[in-house]
Amino acid sequence: MNIKILGTGCPACRNMYTDVTKIVARNKIDAEVEYVQDIAQILSYGVMSTPALVIDGRVIMIGYRGPTKLEQALKESVETVLS
Amino acid sequence: MQQSISSQPAAPSTSKQDLKPFLIVGLATILWLAAYDFIQPFATWLAYGWLALPKGSHLGESLAFFFYDVPKIILLLGGMIFLITLLRSFFSPEQTRAWLGGKREGVGNGLAAALGVVTPFCSCSAVPLFIGFVESGIPLGVTFSFLTAAPVVNEVALVMLFGLFGWKIAGFYLTSGMLIAILAGMVIGRLKLERYVEDFVWQIKVGKGANFPEKPAWKLRFQIAWDSTKEIVGKVWPYVIVGIAIGAGIHGYVPESALVGILGKGAWWSVPAAVILGVPLYSNAAGVIPVVHALMEKGAALGTVLAFMMSVVALSLPEMVILRRVLKPRLIAIFIGTVTLAIIFTGYLFNLVL
Repeated sequence: MNIKILGTGCPACRNMYTDVTKIVARNKIDAEVEYVQDIAQILSYGVMSTPALVIDGRVIMIGYRGPTKLEQALKESVETVLS
Repeated sequence: MQQSISSQPAAPSTSKQDLKPFLIVGLATILWLAAYDFIQPFATWLAYGWLALPKGSHLGESLAFFFYDVPKIILLLGGMIFLITLLRSFFSPEQTRAWLGGKREGVGNGLAAALGVVTPFCSCSAVPLFIGFVESGIPLGVTFSFLTAAPVVNEVALVMLFGLFGWKIAGFYLTSGMLIAILAGMVIGRLKLERYVEDFVWQIKVGKGANFPEKPAWKLRFQIAWDSTKEIVGKVWPYVIVGIAIGAGIHGYVPESALVGILGKGAWWSVPAAVILGVPLYSNAAGVIPVVHALMEKGAALGTVLAFMMSVVALSLPEMVILRRVLKPRLIAIFIGTVTLAIIFTGYLFNLVL
């Protein structure tokens, strides 16, 4: 699974990255986590507000809503991949 | 004006579950109203009853002012930021971009300014947002109207002006902020400044992938509004306390009309001076407005101090630094210059009208 956090360097973006890294490690999810700051890449997903969570090329979440929601979203994506 | 919404599918729920968030919010509203009514008598009692300060004394006046305004402003901030964020959950940059597409100058600027006030966006998203708008064909001037309206009409400032000055002044602030945004955008559009946007911007392809964040369920809207309220009030309350303390001091100790000479309507040069002083400063509206309020009581003209407040709050160095990634210095300079002139103009207008 490929997880990208699209961010421009503001605190919320960095928070999402740290949270996701922790959640992935804690749940032993098999995924690589990238923090993408390149504007061209961010915009290629049609995203204009950061941070955004992209899993396997699909935009899952726009905006930082806290670690609980992130964990929920990540777990749902894992289930979708497995099923 | 800052927040973003996540795209979450609405959770299925029973009808009793559906009502619960509304009941909680309803209860909170009632409690809020009760607390609000309680503040004035409480403040008066605290200063003159419990502390037994003599009425009309400097310290008594200052403390009564302080005890009244601090809880009042914090309550107002809490309540109104909640409502404003709720309103904003119906908008998104992606949706705004779709609405602004194809609109020409004039109408586009007006719509962009209005949307700039209500669309939630974090200034760290200013760059992708700018590129996204410009790349999808939205004229540069219209994009600037959006980008100017957002910081110029600051929600904390709006709430505080309403709380300390009343709805008329808050309304003027809102209207003039939007006019400034429209004007700045039209000027920039007219001057055909596209060549001062960094070249790489025009090469970027904006994907259609994300579409719009899904409409959140009401429960999530309330949650987002509450999170935002906690975050903003949590960030701003120290400034409120310091600002009101300074305001209280001015209120209690500075003699009436002391400032008419240097900041009153007659001192015509004070408007541009105040604005130019305000541009390099950046402060939270929460800190500046109570001071502005107290200054006004002592003879400073409303237009002058409001113009000062706008120039402090609207143009922020951090945002300029962020925009430097996509705008060449000349365009940034023109932008700052136009907004500054517009604020000065507004200052004079307010002095005349209010």
